[in-house]
Amino acid sequence: MTSVSAMEPGRGQKWLAAILVAAYALLTLLPLIWILSTGFKSPADSIAYPPKLIFEPTLEGYVNLFTTQTRQTEEYLASHPPGNWYERLVHDKGMVIAGPSRFGERFLNSVIIGFGSTFLSVFLGTLAAYAFSRYRVPLKDDLLFFILSTRMMPPIAVAIPIFLMFRAVGLSDTHAGMILLYTAVNLSLAVWLLKGFIDEIPLEYEEAALIDGYTRLQAFIKVVLPQATTGIASTAIFCLIFAWNEYAFAVLLTSGSAQTAPPFIPTIIGVGGQDWPAVAAGATLFLVPVMVFTILLRRHLLRGITFGAVRK
Amino acid sequence: MADVEIQNVSKSFGSICAVNDVSMTIADGDFVVLLGPTGAGKTTTLRLISGLEKPDHGDILIGGVEVTRSIPAARDVAMVFQQYSLYPHMTVRENLSFPLRSPLLKTPPDVIEDKVGKIAEILQISHKLDNRTTELSGGEMQRVSIGRALVRDPAIYLMDEPLSSLDAKLRADLRVELKRIQSQIGATLLYVTHDQIEAMTMANRIGVLEEGRLVQVGSPRAIYEDPISLYVGGRLGLPRINAVPADLFAGAPDGAAVMGLRPEHIEQNPDGKDARVLRLEHLGDQTQLHLEIAGHKIVTLTDIHSTFRTGDIVQIQPRHALYFDANGMRIR
Repeated sequence: MTSVSAMEPGRGQKWLAAILVAAYALLTLLPLIWILSTGFKSPADSIAYPPKLIFEPTLEGYVNLFTTQTRQTEEYLASHPPGNWYERLVHDKGMVIAGPSRFGERFLNSVIIGFGSTFLSVFLGTLAAYAFSRYRVPLKDDLLFFILSTRMMPPIAVAIPIFLMFRAVGLSDTHAGMILLYTAVNLSLAVWLLKGFIDEIPLEYEEAALIDGYTRLQAFIKVVLPQATTGIASTAIFCLIFAWNEYAFAVLLTSGSAQTAPPFIPTIIGVGGQDWPAVAAGATLFLVPVMVFTILLRRHLLRGITFGAVRK
Repeated sequence: MADVEIQNVSKSFGSICAVNDVSMTIADGDFVVLLGPTGAGKTTTLRLISGLEKPDHGDILIGGVEVTRSIPAARDVAMVFQQYSLYPHMTVRENLSFPLRSPLLKTPPDVIEDKVGKIAEILQISHKLDNRTTELSGGEMQRVSIGRALVRDPAIYLMDEPLSSLDAKLRADLRVELKRIQSQIGATLLYVTHDQIEAMTMANRIGVLEEGRLVQVGSPRAIYEDPISLYVGGRLGLPRINAVPADLFAGAPDGAAVMGLRPEHIEQNPDGKDARVLRLEHLGDQTQLHLEIAGHKIVTLTDIHSTFRTGDIVQIQPRHALYFDANGMRIR
């Protein structure tokens, strides 16, 4: 007998697995590290070749991201000394801050549209999934397939009709329009994912709640929902990631007041030459909400799995 | 507590008739046990009374009020499931108080505290009140599940094999405890079990189900001593009633096809017929004797310290045997 059982991987295999995982993690993290570091480089450093791994960090990219600037004469600059650190940063380039950029608004649009459509998708998806899971719905399988089939065609195939429809009903470039659109796209995913989770919750819990004096709706809220948190949390993350990152519809259907961050960020590059640090800064900040959201919901992903309380 | 009446109730699932034209009255304070093999319709009967299933035909009355189409919450019934479905996201305390906090009962918090404490003590789970239900052993879960019913004071308690997954000692304790609680508070109880000791000791009345039909209702004694059919006779008694051809011994009444022999119907008597000992099983409190007589196997009881050996010949003779016709119906 060796000290290693047939089921347990050997020491060498464990090391190999660890190295492979670490290599893969590094590979996927590389673009993120690149973006993160570029955001803190000066424009000159950002296009230096070979790339600078060690550089003097600056917040110039972030200042450029949040402000619009104009070039001024020596005299004007001399008579208007900078009042604080970011004005000085701009001043040193021979520019002054003319006002805030549109990045804040676009970012807020992304938050409203992303979280709004995620909430709607999960809310409607949970109700639909519960109905499909528990009730005898006529043509259930066909309906479920139909719902799934909306995911089968590439969204861009319907972009032009949707553009025309939105224009006709006045939904172009509105928050409501984008929330509606992303909800429509996400709903099929939400229904299917959540149905799987709700199917896993034994019917006995609801029956017990019905006997304990609760109505169907109360049993749903008090017994089904708490046990579906894992499914709801993971569905919400998937929905948010899609709505947050969506580019094609956003670029086509929004241009002004409802424009989200993805179509906006590339436009930063055109403002003052090739301002890669500002673009990288925008991309970095753009990653934050989804990351925070995922981390907040992470404990629900690991918890609440219902082991053993029903005798099989 | 209240009378429960079911009148000509039938329920089918697809082509399978689970409950077939069953009528019975469970009087206030009655402890009724339903007996029958798997698939006889015991659980479906409970579910029909609780409102988890709606009957295809027939009426259900609780306390004189027709509730056939009412939702479970409106019927004021408590039920212990065979799958002791405790809410996994709640602690034991929350599970026990869940029915009391329902919109149906809206119990004040101090009363909940009091009731939950008392029930937990009776069921010996006081020290687990703040555990999550997922941290309990099977026996503890089952007790919480029983407790969740007992905290209430419903029209009727419905229990679906509530003690089946407990170990022998706990089962015996809880059997006595349940019976005590029931007689103390005068609870009406409909109870499903396979365990004949539970059926014999707890029930005022036993109902025997056969393929969805209620074939006999009576006191445990009546069901045991005076079954209307071989099927009912087979529900109670350990070792089970032996069925042998009626003409194996003299004295069968006209039309009898089958003779039913319980251990107490079999007498060792030198005037009897020869039977060969197949084996002896010492079970501790009883010793079962397996015999073969004219090609038929019989299991009976014998002296605990019996020293029979395989191949020994004993003489046996029936005494007050039960006789059944070709369809298994009793001939008196």
